[in-house]
Amino acid sequence: MGTEITGAEIVVQSLIDLGVEVVFGYPGGAVLPIYDALFQQNRIRHILVRHEQAAVHAAEGYARASGKVGVVLVTSGPGATNAVTGITDALMDSIPLVVLTGQVPTHLIGTDAFQECDTVGITRHCSKHNYLVKETAKLGPVLHEAFYIARSGRPGPVVIDIPKDVQIMKARYAKPGAITHKTYKPQVKGDLAAIEAAVDMLAAAERPILYTGGGIINSGPIASQLLRELAKVTGAPVTSTLMGLGSFGHEHPQFLGMLGMHGSYEANMAMNRCDLMVCLGARFDDRVTGRLDAFSPHSRKIHVDIDRSSFNKTVRVDLTIQGDVGSVMEDMLKVWRARGHRAADQKAWWAQIEGWRARNSFGFEQKGDSLLPQKAIQRLYEMTKAKKPIISTEVGQHQMWAAQHFGFHDPNKWLTSGGLGTMGYGLPAAIGAQLAFPGALVIDIAGEASIQMNIQELGTAVQYRLPVKIFIINNEYMGMVRQWQELNHGSRYSESYSDSLPDFVKLAEAYGWKGIVIEGPDDLDAGIQAMLDHPGPVVVDCRVAKLANCFPMIPSGAAHTDMILSAADERGEADDDAKALV
Amino acid sequence: MKHLPSERHTLSILVDNEAGVLARIVGLFSARGYNIESLTVADVSDNHEVSRITLVTNGPPPVIDQIMAQLDRLVPVHKVVDLTDWGPHVEREMALVKVAGVGDKRVEALRLADIFRARPVDTSTASFVFEVSGSTEKVNQFIALMREVGLVEVARTGVVAIARGAEAV
Ligand SMILES: Cc1ncc(C[n+]2csc(CCOP(=O)(O)OP(=O)(O)O)c2C)c(N)n1
Ligand SMILES: [Mg+2]
Repeated sequence: MGTEITGAEIVVQSLIDLGVEVVFGYPGGAVLPIYDALFQQNRIRHILVRHEQAAVHAAEGYARASGKVGVVLVTSGPGATNAVTGITDALMDSIPLVVLTGQVPTHLIGTDAFQECDTVGITRHCSKHNYLVKETAKLGPVLHEAFYIARSGRPGPVVIDIPKDVQIMKARYAKPGAITHKTYKPQVKGDLAAIEAAVDMLAAAERPILYTGGGIINSGPIASQLLRELAKVTGAPVTSTLMGLGSFGHEHPQFLGMLGMHGSYEANMAMNRCDLMVCLGARFDDRVTGRLDAFSPHSRKIHVDIDRSSFNKTVRVDLTIQGDVGSVMEDMLKVWRARGHRAADQKAWWAQIEGWRARNSFGFEQKGDSLLPQKAIQRLYEMTKAKKPIISTEVGQHQMWAAQHFGFHDPNKWLTSGGLGTMGYGLPAAIGAQLAFPGALVIDIAGEASIQMNIQELGTAVQYRLPVKIFIINNEYMGMVRQWQELNHGSRYSESYSDSLPDFVKLAEAYGWKGIVIEGPDDLDAGIQAMLDHPGPVVVDCRVAKLANCFPMIPSGAAHTDMILSAADERGEADDDAKALV
Repeated sequence: MKHLPSERHTLSILVDNEAGVLARIVGLFSARGYNIESLTVADVSDNHEVSRITLVTNGPPPVIDQIMAQLDRLVPVHKVVDLTDWGPHVEREMALVKVAGVGDKRVEALRLADIFRARPVDTSTASFVFEVSGSTEKVNQFIALMREVGLVEVARTGVVAIARGAEAV
């Protein structure tokens, strides 16, 4: 307590006191004092990425896989602006991060100094909170508070901008006790009366559905356990958003699969026809609801969320319960048992659901020489599931096919950019997850276009000996863009062909990775096996059918009941209103 | 939900008196497409820690609820109160109104000002600056009348508001 230490040392000591083990970063002039302090200690491991955007995605992957706060350290100006995409991504998907940015010294702020940018201004609306720390003595308290804000309530990214002189000046630092904030007090426990009402509604429902989301993952592994118990006692079907996959076992008979634009027919139909919808840690995203005025028209709706602003934002609900979804489900189970409820007779409901399920909406038929992407992912799943892999993805068709055809049994195994849909997320996220779980099998299911957005991170994996696997679903198109052009723009494939692709095997080898090509269905299993047999990092260039479309699909602006199940259902070009939607 | 009829609401927002807090609030409104009719802000605590923002907005009731929830989750926001929902409250704004003219118009301006209890706070032989305060409608009315007798320019504070009765919000 007594002696004064530099701001940079306070930063590092705070991180140590906060239990941080890994920092993802990239140095530059405005953070040199912090890099110097990192050099002189051995508690925190610094992972040098090749681009600041990747530092943030790596921290997101680390956070999503481990449940800990991801930490990023970048320099001022371009370092900070390069991080903005990742920060926004973390805000949209509620990922807890603390991002430390260097800043020009306080006396130069506002003078357009070299590598100055208004970091707090730029990140104000893409972070959960941010700080510009102008006094060294405040660094310790701000860091501790930032971690508290990042991980509590609805998690999100917190940015701390630290001018260089503040890193150099000295002050006293003491590890603070438990953090409370004078204005920020997230509500964890749900209102009991509302919970009782919810339980009674659930017990009385004839056609209930549990609509679950990423909030369950954020709440921690216990929440996934509680969800399984809630499903068991209520007998209700369970569907999940893209972000919630893994919170409920994919092979469980009560699981209807993912819902939404590329979700299963049974999940979307059940959402449409239910009499009671219980939304647990999801947010009625437009990818989930489809056309709002046709969204689940006959149901009563209960919404459990830690963030009050998610209530009634787009869909009016009948009962809201603000609180941590794990805590609320725990209380729901207690009330359910205390009241001696039994699940209502749902025979008719399940018969209806089985009818929808029989449509086998994720079905596909692999025939001929060109490998269907669905088949590739299905085999990848079957050949790796015993190893309980962690899967990350890029963004596009391959992401949706992975969500549909890879099965997730446990939380924290599925890392994908949902809200922002950031191409280039998958490889750095896989690197972050591999650092959290060095012994795990971590695979980035990628598209040939997306992977090029952070391809430079191949070097990072080699430097830290991370045996990450990249499985490129190579259709030589920005497939998702091409699919929309086919459906909405008269098959005019404007700029969506992936021309001049690199030789991915040679590229892999140039970085010291192993490269494998899968040319068609006959090589598939052998290629996957070769990938698994290699102890180091591997890029698999899996050549798939070029023009396959991702179905089922609710065209944008359409209702759940207007789902296209296969190419045969396509209804010609969309009208202008639908075209205007993203 | 955005197609329901719009309502005018006056919000009191108590915030940490720290750099950037106003930008956070204004940015929230512009980013999410909410309206700001008027906004005032000043430090109101003796230790300079808390500022009070009075913000007049309009929108359909569900949008007003969203605005409240979005404001409430900003870290430096202590409290958000919808005074329009809260109940009886007083709303005032002040305007400085410059009028130029000679002869009859000048006499008429002074006479109207008197009716509105607007005080001349600056006078030259060819102009007045009136200070008028009251509800938004009263200030609007006064300005409309002044247009006919030589209005030159107006500066107004925007609304400040407080609940009636003994209680604090
Ligand atoms: C950074 C970024 N830019 C643009 C887009 C728009 N976009 C969505 S999917 C996609 C194509 C992705 O192509 P690829 O990685 O090959 O995946 P595929 O759809 O073919 O599986 C594009 C360009 C995006 N999501 N992110
Ligand atoms: Mg592609």
